[in-house]
Amino acid sequence: MKNPLSYIPMQIWTIVGIFAIWQAGVMIFDVKPIILPPVPMVLSELFGNFELYLRHGGHTLGNTLIAFVISVVVGIGMAIGIVYSKFLERTLYTLLVTLNNVPKVALAPLFVIWMGTGNASKIAMGVLISIFAIVIDTVLGLRSLHPDLIDLGRAMRGSELKVLIKLRLPNAMPSILAGMKVAISLALVGAIVGEFVAAQNGLGFVILSSQGAFRVDRVYASIIVLSAIGTGLYYAMEYAESKLIPWHESRRGSARPTPSKPPQKPAQPAAADPVRSDAKA
Amino acid sequence: MSDTITAPAQTSYAIEIDGAGKTYGTGEGAVTALDLVNLDVRKGEFISLLGPSGCGKTTLLRMIAGLEDPTHGSIWLPGRGLDGLGFVFQRDALVNWRTIIENVLLPLEFKGRRTRASRDRAKELLATFGLNGFEDRNPWELSGGMRQRAAICRAMIDDPQLLLMDEPFGALDALTRDDLNVELQALWPDPEKTAVFVTHSINEAVYLSDRVVVISDKPGRIVDITDIPFPRPRPLEIREEPEFGSIARHLRAVLDGHSSRRP
Repeated sequence: MKNPLSYIPMQIWTIVGIFAIWQAGVMIFDVKPIILPPVPMVLSELFGNFELYLRHGGHTLGNTLIAFVISVVVGIGMAIGIVYSKFLERTLYTLLVTLNNVPKVALAPLFVIWMGTGNASKIAMGVLISIFAIVIDTVLGLRSLHPDLIDLGRAMRGSELKVLIKLRLPNAMPSILAGMKVAISLALVGAIVGEFVAAQNGLGFVILSSQGAFRVDRVYASIIVLSAIGTGLYYAMEYAESKLIPWHESRRGSARPTPSKPPQKPAQPAAADPVRSDAKA
Repeated sequence: MSDTITAPAQTSYAIEIDGAGKTYGTGEGAVTALDLVNLDVRKGEFISLLGPSGCGKTTLLRMIAGLEDPTHGSIWLPGRGLDGLGFVFQRDALVNWRTIIENVLLPLEFKGRRTRASRDRAKELLATFGLNGFEDRNPWELSGGMRQRAAICRAMIDDPQLLLMDEPFGALDALTRDDLNVELQALWPDPEKTAVFVTHSINEAVYLSDRVVVISDKPGRIVDITDIPFPRPRPLEIREEPEFGSIARHLRAVLDGHSSRRP
């Protein structure tokens, strides 16, 4: 996998293309601005009021990140508990599965009643929506330690804590990161849903109040900022993945160094497979 | 021939197996994987467990390693007991998230015995298996033979009294397998190191071992124990000698007589 930054030029072309189609559509079909405002109108609103979007976007991003961090810490903790305790597996895990089948967005008004219209209810919503992805993927990762590695841990006669830290958790990292990638987008959804229900801050609030005032340009500008935040978060996770699990099959592609001869054995004749031939020296 | 191998003055055992066996399930559906094994392995001895697939030789090895409990009888490891053993798996069981040298150091971390000197010791060990220069490589960059060499180093890093190997070279090509046989046998004689080696290759068993224990299947039982008299170090060429051939033929006959898969 290449450095995600190297993909940005292509990304920019894609975005420019979308805007071009949007603008062409508006012009060709003569769409009313109330349905789909022309691109210059939205962009001038966005950059003309940039401070507003920065502030509300920052607010939403802050709540999203707090919710995400809570989800990761609590979710991994729960998963460890579920993997090691039959009791927690039967109670907590069952509860989580049940809860996951409730349309969580429907709970947002309750959270506002319980925690007020401040940040707490948005963060709680973000956690509720995103934590499940972390828990199931972490449980899966912790459980899928190869039987040989379980035996290895036992043969090395270390404590179960050593097995967890040195074998189970590193082995689960690819799964955990897959869960985190899903969770970070869901945390953003949770924060926005919370803002939709009741808020004085955040992009969800801007969207809802602009809609009430028929300021469609603001709604679109907010959506553009939200997309930028979501995309940024996703690539931040991609980057974290490339740093944390460079050893995983999905990451090895071009990151894999070409086998070269060790400096100790310069006189080795060329062979089809340098790794093998060095072993024979 | 070295006295320490076949006839030590004071016989001290590394493994004492007394009527050990393993039965899976109970009642009518019970399957006996291994039945009443009696075997004493001397200190410093290299023993091979030879038998057809599924005969319970791996079960016996795993019971010695404490990875499985015998359902009857007992297995006793004098000395450091289970703390003093290294285990080599059929597939190397190296972990991908650690470099080769960090894989080798893993057992010391598990036992809380990793010190500053450990890295040098690991480097030395890797060098004896021809892996110098590969310390900081990742496992997936190495060939199967090199990975298995690293796995042997990992099993030996804590200087075990007992090295248990479960068909470690079964997945390797014939040439690499020969190389690893030579490298492994070069570690003996060592009066402080005992090895139990599971294989279904007669040649490999005879070449490496001081004694070859043949196990039959259904149920697994010891049906033959053959002393291998060749002095060490053993060049690969001893496989061409008539005596080697006659021992191999004897083991072949024993296996054919007791294996349920007769031709």
